[in-house]
Amino acid sequence: MPEQAISIVVNGAPVSVEPGTTVAAAIVISGSATRVSVIGQPRAPLCGMGICFECRATINGFAHRRSCQVLCQPGMDVRTQ
Amino acid sequence: MKEQFDIKKRSDIFDIIVVGAGPAGIAAAVRAAESGIRVGLLDDNPTPGGQIWRKGATQPNTARDWFAKLEASPVVRLHGWHVFAHPDSGVLLAERTASAEPEAIELHYHKLILATGARERFLPFPGWTLPNVMGAGGLDAMVRGGLPIAGKGVVVAGTGPLLLAVAAHLAHRGANILAICEQAPLHRLAAFSLRLLAQPGKVAQGINYRWAARSAPFHTGCWPVAANGQDHLESVTLQRGEQQWDMACDYLACGYHLVPNLELPLLLGCRTQDGFVTVDKWQQTSIPGVLCAGEPTGIGGVELAILEGQIAGLAATGRVDKAGALIQTRDRSQSFVRALEQTFALDPRLRSLPSADTLVCRCEDVSFGALNGYSSARDAKLHTRCGMGPCQGRICGAATSFLFGWTADSVRPPILPASFSSLAAPVSAPADELASNHISNQNRKDTL
Repeated sequence: MPEQAISIVVNGAPVSVEPGTTVAAAIVISGSATRVSVIGQPRAPLCGMGICFECRATINGFAHRRSCQVLCQPGMDVRTQ
Repeated sequence: MKEQFDIKKRSDIFDIIVVGAGPAGIAAAVRAAESGIRVGLLDDNPTPGGQIWRKGATQPNTARDWFAKLEASPVVRLHGWHVFAHPDSGVLLAERTASAEPEAIELHYHKLILATGARERFLPFPGWTLPNVMGAGGLDAMVRGGLPIAGKGVVVAGTGPLLLAVAAHLAHRGANILAICEQAPLHRLAAFSLRLLAQPGKVAQGINYRWAARSAPFHTGCWPVAANGQDHLESVTLQRGEQQWDMACDYLACGYHLVPNLELPLLLGCRTQDGFVTVDKWQQTSIPGVLCAGEPTGIGGVELAILEGQIAGLAATGRVDKAGALIQTRDRSQSFVRALEQTFALDPRLRSLPSADTLVCRCEDVSFGALNGYSSARDAKLHTRCGMGPCQGRICGAATSFLFGWTADSVRPPILPASFSSLAAPVSAPADELASNHISNQNRKDTL
């Protein structure tokens, strides 16, 4: 990991990523699903480009953000649903 | 001095707003700004390039050229913003995508160029909702967004020229491409390749892509019929004719070519035909002052999109002589739209992929079985909630169109979910500020 790695928190656990990494990628790296569906299935990103809403997560307290369109910033607090 | 967009203003006025910063949008904005007017370029993604020139990998020369032109132009760039409403003629409301906190702005324009691009078409099959089953462009975008892929086993499947490009890029990033499965039959791909001989650039590109992923078998007339695993993908079942086999893998990258992003053109009332925005030879839509370029007018790839974008940017600023000079080349490139359509037309057998309990609408978890017996997307939506979730039918709409022949339900604002604060708060700047801006814009406009 290069020295300028960014550290964020996903569901309470620290995750270190390279600059330019999307929050969706960080969630997948953390090993977590991005959300649980209506009937209880774990889901992860499908489209990677802001269309499918499978990657929506709570970022810094704001719910339903499309995490694939948001880049990681140091100290971000991400919670999956 | 390059102007930065000032979010504190909450409201701004442009002579031309271009929505979409892919190849068509960049070309449109750059050419429009040459005439000295104020051009805003707005895009949902955090960086320019759209999907095809998404950052994070080596870029083709064409992309580098246009990024340099954009950098050198006075275009005001709003990356990481999405339009969610069109409350009045000449006004768009946009919300910030790229930040954690939703913020809204009101954007005024005299002319609008829509370059909203395309998305992948997904077809439902058993297991397609499992984590690590993604679109072909989807996995590519995730990898460009920092998802580690080195050493991972990937099956690339679906249809369209994107499959080879994705396989090549992922292989370049160290992925182990296990197979490339193209649903189109070999004879149609062969005819397509012959046709491409007239365009040596495209042939060379194809050969480079295939070479980059040369260790992977390329199956034609082949597609995944199931993704298997408990909490995440463990293997895929592939089928070619009567033959079926399982393949263990980490990721399945599966997309069935592209469908246009029509939500904004439809919200504005632009006429469409056969699923694409109707434009005249100047890229003008049926709504005066609203132009459209790139994939929403027909899936034709980067070169055509750049030509259409340039024509739109030039025509919108009254430079018809310069725009006219590009028309012939554009019209010739349009034959590629038909070639893509014919080559990668979906095999009707793909309609039997979903079983009764396969989910079609992933937002509301509506199964294929639950959709049987309805006569239209609207009917199904009202009874089953299919297409009613946050993606607003962007994913299941293309699937039900193919599976049942339904056309998408009408578009209503907000075209993307917007936070309550964005919907409720009037974001207009004080009236006097807007008025003075209008005058200065009007003056600029007169000099066109």
